[in-house]
Amino acid sequence: MELNKDAYNQYVKGVTPQRSLWAAMGKAFVTGGCICTLGQLSVMGMTTFWGMEKETAMTWAQLELILLSVLFTGWNLYPKLVKWGGAGALVPITGFANSVVAPAVEYKDEGQVFGIGCKIFTIAGPVILYGIFTSWVLGILYWIGQMLGWLPV
Amino acid sequence: MQKGKASLLFERPVMIAGAASVAGQKEGEGPLGEAIDVVERDPMFGAPNWEQAESTMQKQTADLALEKSAVHRKDIRYLFAGDLLGQLIATSFGTVDLEIPLFGLYGACSTIGEALCLGAMCVDGGYADHVMALSSSHYATAEKQFRFPLGYGNQRPESATWTVTGCGAVVLTADAGERAREEAGEDVPLPGFYGPGRGRGVRITAATTGRMVDMGTKDSMNMGAAMAPAAWDTIMQNFRDLDADENSYDRIITGDLGEIGQKILLDFMKNEGHDISRIHMDCGLEIYDNQAQDVHAGGSGCGCAAVTLCAGILPRLLDGSWNRVLFVPTGAMLSTVSYNEGQSIPGIAHAIVLEATGGERG
Repeated sequence: MELNKDAYNQYVKGVTPQRSLWAAMGKAFVTGGCICTLGQLSVMGMTTFWGMEKETAMTWAQLELILLSVLFTGWNLYPKLVKWGGAGALVPITGFANSVVAPAVEYKDEGQVFGIGCKIFTIAGPVILYGIFTSWVLGILYWIGQMLGWLPV
Repeated sequence: MQKGKASLLFERPVMIAGAASVAGQKEGEGPLGEAIDVVERDPMFGAPNWEQAESTMQKQTADLALEKSAVHRKDIRYLFAGDLLGQLIATSFGTVDLEIPLFGLYGACSTIGEALCLGAMCVDGGYADHVMALSSSHYATAEKQFRFPLGYGNQRPESATWTVTGCGAVVLTADAGERAREEAGEDVPLPGFYGPGRGRGVRITAATTGRMVDMGTKDSMNMGAAMAPAAWDTIMQNFRDLDADENSYDRIITGDLGEIGQKILLDFMKNEGHDISRIHMDCGLEIYDNQAQDVHAGGSGCGCAAVTLCAGILPRLLDGSWNRVLFVPTGAMLSTVSYNEGQSIPGIAHAIVLEATGGERG
């Protein structure tokens, strides 16, 4: 029996079960919504009861969410949250924190420098690199726009 | 004796003197749990890191296999062993204390098949009286090497498999029983002793070595699809070389194709006019309860076929449920480097013919 590779891979697609996109989106909406609501409640609490500036409270709320994510990663609960909530748990800042803490925990055994030091950004690294690169490109475009008088100075 | 293009018939009796399996808690909670010799609750096996945990598990399994087969460590001439890790570190560190001359093997999840095939060749050729075949995998070391750190949250697709934390070791012998008879006396049955003179035994009568088969599958989370064509190729080669078909075996048991790979294999075999659906089993589907244990498509890893062989297949050959089994461990030969460089995932499968012998004493 001779098999063509393309035909085989088409056939494989047909026999591989797919997740329901709508269910995944619903779960992500709920999970992401809960995380953001938590942050919002924290901001409201700090501005109302402690009289904190809104800007300062928002920074603190982010730090609180990061701390929670770090703790949940350490307790091995964050992977369970992502398993259910998918992108809803990955896209907020908590997901980013998880992607930094998980390698740090995993590679601790390989040493402070070659383990944690070299590998802590194995997952978050691309986000940091291309995030900075994209903002740099946009900055240049904005500057050119200003020079040409298309954008306000 | 060479047979056909890729098969061997073993003329000397290559007996299985004993086998042992050690696995983790999740495997212990699976359908084979009761039959696994040691289920270790501590995923670290008392070691300081995952890699050493896997090595410790190997040592534990090898010691237990020696004990069960009543063959002395010093009498094992060669050890054929492997695991999934880069540079075979689980094996090289795990087998240091055994002090047995070692052939380190990499066949991904098919390693136990490769080890049994080479071991049987060695015994049949008269190059060794006793050899050991061993392979292991650990969920945490495999995740770390091939995927993500354990604490990282991600969603595994339905086609993904779960790497078995487990190790299986089999002692092959040219003359099983001699030493045991000397030590234990003719009438004392030894637990787990598979040799002749002790009721039924199991021997390896033939083997078919697989070739790399690449169907251009690129999804590393669908290894069943990458390996199924290799399993099909090796089974068909075995049928051609040995003039066999689906009626020649009580069971054809593949390594870790999982649900999707099994479906593909059955389809392929059917296209060739061989309906093996009645006799096909897959170690990846035997070791876990896919739904209850939430492993998605099934189990995988070097330990999957090895543990299932020791805890699930050999006992059923011994108790008379089956007489002749084609054991086909399958491997997906991927690395993170080849994957990132856009290469496809070739598969390999080796077939071992296991036959029950005797039934009579003496």
